Amino acid sequence: MKIRIKFAKYGAMKFIGHLDMMRYFQKAVRRADIDIRYSEGFSPHQIMSFAAPLGVGIESYGEYMDIEVLSMTSAEDIKLALNGVMAEGVEILSVNVMPDNVKNAMASVAAASYRIRKKSEDARTAAAGGGEDAADDTAEEFPITDLGGKLQAFWSQEHILYTKETKKSVQEIDLKQGIYELSAEPDGAVRMLVNASSGGNIKPMTVMEQFFRFAGADIPQAACQVIRLETYADMAADGEAHRFVPLADVGKYS
Amino acid sequence: MTRPCAGDTEQKMRKLALSDEILMRVEKPARYIGNEINAVIKDKEKVAIRFAMCFPDVYEIGMSHLGIQILYSMFNEWEDVWCERVYSPWVDLDQIMRERHLPLFALESQEPVRDMDFLGITIQYEMCYTNILQILDLARIPFLAAERGEDVPIVIGGGPCAYNPEPIADFFDLFYIGEGETQYRALLDRYLENRARGGTRLDFLRSAAKLPGIYVPQFYEELYHADGTVRGRKKRYADIPDKITKELVLDVTKTHYPLKPVVPFIKVTQDRVVLEIQRGCIRGCRFCQAGQLYRPVRERDADRLKEYAARMLANTGHEEISLSSLSSSDYTQLDELLNFLIEDCGRRHVNISLPSLRIDAFSLDVMSKVQDVKKSSLTFAPEAGSQRLRNVINKGLTEEAILHGAALAFEGGWTRVKLYFMLGLPTETEEDIRGIGDLSNKIAAVFFETVPKEKRVNGKVQIVTSTSFFIPKPFTPFQWARMCTKEEFLDKAYLTKQGIMEQLNQKSIKYNWHEADVSVLEGVFARGDRRVSKVILEAYRRGCLFDSWSEYFHNDIWLQCFADCGLDIGFYTTRERAEDEIFPWDFIDCGVTKEFLLREWKKAKEETVSPNCKKQCQGCGASRFGVGICREKKTESYV
Repeated sequence: MKIRIKFAKYGAMKFIGHLDMMRYFQKAVRRADIDIRYSEGFSPHQIMSFAAPLGVGIESYGEYMDIEVLSMTSAEDIKLALNGVMAEGVEILSVNVMPDNVKNAMASVAAASYRIRKKSEDARTAAAGGGEDAADDTAEEFPITDLGGKLQAFWSQEHILYTKETKKSVQEIDLKQGIYELSAEPDGAVRMLVNASSGGNIKPMTVMEQFFRFAGADIPQAACQVIRLETYADMAADGEAHRFVPLADVGKYS
Repeated sequence: MTRPCAGDTEQKMRKLALSDEILMRVEKPARYIGNEINAVIKDKEKVAIRFAMCFPDVYEIGMSHLGIQILYSMFNEWEDVWCERVYSPWVDLDQIMRERHLPLFALESQEPVRDMDFLGITIQYEMCYTNILQILDLARIPFLAAERGEDVPIVIGGGPCAYNPEPIADFFDLFYIGEGETQYRALLDRYLENRARGGTRLDFLRSAAKLPGIYVPQFYEELYHADGTVRGRKKRYADIPDKITKELVLDVTKTHYPLKPVVPFIKVTQDRVVLEIQRGCIRGCRFCQAGQLYRPVRERDADRLKEYAARMLANTGHEEISLSSLSSSDYTQLDELLNFLIEDCGRRHVNISLPSLRIDAFSLDVMSKVQDVKKSSLTFAPEAGSQRLRNVINKGLTEEAILHGAALAFEGGWTRVKLYFMLGLPTETEEDIRGIGDLSNKIAAVFFETVPKEKRVNGKVQIVTSTSFFIPKPFTPFQWARMCTKEEFLDKAYLTKQGIMEQLNQKSIKYNWHEADVSVLEGVFARGDRRVSKVILEAYRRGCLFDSWSEYFHNDIWLQCFADCGLDIGFYTTRERAEDEIFPWDFIDCGVTKEFLLREWKKAKEETVSPNCKKQCQGCGASRFGVGICREKKTESYV
């Protein structure tokens, strides 16, 4: 049986990288005594796959992984069992049994939504002396007047070009078609829905950097706190451009 | 748990000592955040003692150490104690902490080490000595115990290097000599009593100095002859012991075991459940310090180990389990334990990682069940290239046994063999060194004789021959021995390489050797006296840190520090000691007597082998503990 697990990752756990999170869950599944399916061969491994890797330092309330189990009592029992063995900062939000014909989580990922805030100054530099007053993560508004209007103007451009430099190549990329939503929230955060598919993934901070340049604001990347809110599949019917559905709900469409 | 609102979770959670900005800048931030599965969080208002337990090396090394897991678990089982972990900040964070004046913190509470009652440091190898000073420095604890005020944690040292504590004696308030399970409760109780009485730091140390196994260096002075050797010791108080006897667990089956070890997020060196099957070793190899320090051999009951294995796997979720001991093949219940693990772990999809077993039909059978034969390699540790020299070092392994084991292994499908040797052993000749190449070649030849051409995987065998340099250690029969100079070591490595190049099968043999500079320094620390401490402090002040990591080892700085402090390296390394010389560590009683060690030193020079403890008692002195192997009947036929 294919099981889709949605989880949150926050607090200190945002510093645990993708590969270590996979190892973490492999051990968690054993601690929770879940009857997971193993591969064949000399060193069998658990049948487990993750949706979209999350960068170190980013919190998320919409992470997904798929596992296959040989037996189970109920999805709710799996959720309880896993939550009983989690570290502080990882939480199982939902567990769903998926129809067998559903594409795996990684292949399904089409988009992800993010919320970006500016960290306050004292959150960025630990107070000398450590302890109580150090590293208090509080957010403040971006120093950009009419944030919502500027975001709208930025997004309305015909092209949003940026030059991607890798070791091998320099490439000009148009972000425009990969940004599906971009707006300001009442508390001064930026919210966006962007392409997260394996072929066209857009990092939220890439959009933010282009936006800061557009808005003439000098805000370093380290000053921003990024939170992934949800990961989506695209269940568009013929003739539709997109229909983004949270990965947890994909089963209802197949 | 209720779902926190996105973005406002930080206030509810444990605060980290380091800011996001720092954690994003350093390599592997997971080294510093704590929060691992089975890490113990207590209410600091409800505990009487806060204990920071430190392994002075990087997290991945420190987290792999069983001893700390044992003490951490035992301390935290006591309701009035909160034990937390501390590791060396890696060089990147070290620099940031210095620039920004950030204090060293413990992983669990993320609070400064300086605010704790105790800082316990396990000292597993000599090359971590500057890291100890880094820990003290970043924690803002004065380097010298004698200069510490009332508001600073009591600094305790333990582990194998505490058996010659003198080179680092000035930096510690006290040393705990021997196995940690036995005296810590009494020590902490004395601390609590002293505090209730309103006693000072000195009052506590005076009271602690009378406990078995506890050594308070500042109460003793080391005296020297004009030639620099130790003349004796003078103590400051009449009521403290002249000799410190090591602590020993009498029944290892009934002692504390960490059934819920901390599970790291990042990959560490020992990323698995570790079952300690026994302590001590019956073999008595004359170069080996552990083989003497942990006598007598005491076995843990196999039924108890089976139960531990199941519970630890359930508590950690680890996918691998390994056995720990100095010589697993000598564990009497090995067959039973391994058969159980193979069946039980197979069912759970848990891998078994085998320690180095003696290669014979039994071990090869077991290995073929738990390893992919094509991918794994076999290890032999002859330690010396000739039978003559193996007799000198009392390494029972014969060439016949090695070649027979290799033939069995090649028949079983293995094609990779690792060989470990030491260079610079006492009495070593060119012929002994050439023996390393000869033996490597013979093993390769066995492959070509044993495995017909059509059955050879990739058509070849791979022999990896490694040499390390012999360093005489305290409490071994070789504690009197002369150690080689760097140049001699390098000549020997060159000769070994030449010897291998001349072999018929040299294309199948790969040769690795160790760096010589660091071995020389390790030799000084191993048999050093209290005067060496000023060199260590000076080298640390000039930037030495992480000396066990070759990329951070600065031999030139060390040499300059010895010169500037007026100490001669050769005095500690290349000098063969007189039989009646007083050693800096003679005031410690490790259970084995100096008379026994001297007997063994003489037998070594006569190339005479001593039978192992199962065969015949050699009267080492450890039988006075009245436990373990010393109480068992001897078997003349045991090999």
